Amino acid sequence: MTSLILRTMVRLLLPLLLMFSVFLLLRGHNEPGGGFVGGLMAATGFALVSIAFGSTTARQVLRIDPLFLIGVGLLLALSSGLVTLWLNQPFLTGIWYKLSLGTFGKLELGTPLLFDIGVYLTVWGVTLTIIFALEEVG
Amino acid sequence: MILWLTVALLIAAVLLCLYRVARGPSLPDRVVGLDLLSSVTVGFIAVYAVISGEIIYIDVATVLALIAFLGTVAFAYFIEKGGMPWRKT
Repeated sequence: MTSLILRTMVRLLLPLLLMFSVFLLLRGHNEPGGGFVGGLMAATGFALVSIAFGSTTARQVLRIDPLFLIGVGLLLALSSGLVTLWLNQPFLTGIWYKLSLGTFGKLELGTPLLFDIGVYLTVWGVTLTIIFALEEVG
Repeated sequence: MILWLTVALLIAAVLLCLYRVARGPSLPDRVVGLDLLSSVTVGFIAVYAVISGEIIYIDVATVLALIAFLGTVAFAYFIEKGGMPWRKT
């Protein structure tokens, strides 16, 4: 669609959706949210771009092929399990590393976070592949 | 008390929206009815967050308000592309 109102709104909404998707991803360990919902929200932003500007522009805005996102996501999820094998523990064991940030408190990094980022990228890539395919065939 | 009054008004809004969706003479009328229905749902979730005291529901309302826009835009896109080709008047 070539509506000026829609195009302006999409320019405003895309950063908002991407920011909220990362927020949902990072919060997902302790509270509702997680990689799946975050990936869906990130894909929603690019679906809006694809409706307003066409799928060619949406691919240019994304810069990378959605299939590449799927591959990187699956690789990250797999590597989060393999790290534990290297430490002589069962596959996919959650390992946490508490990073002290002084006055900002503690930052908990761990393999579940890596797994969630993998899920995020995979869902994002799969959804965008489907949406772009629907747009380009129809 | 005022919360339950809000809930009653929101239920009335949902019924009016459903009437417009079911009755709406044209397709765009129904789409606008559905869009308003999703906005009323955002209101419902916000009121329920206040009633139950769970802050988390506010985020659900935010997500729904952002996503509902996509639904309406997609409907508009398909209406512009051809609407309901099996029901040309």
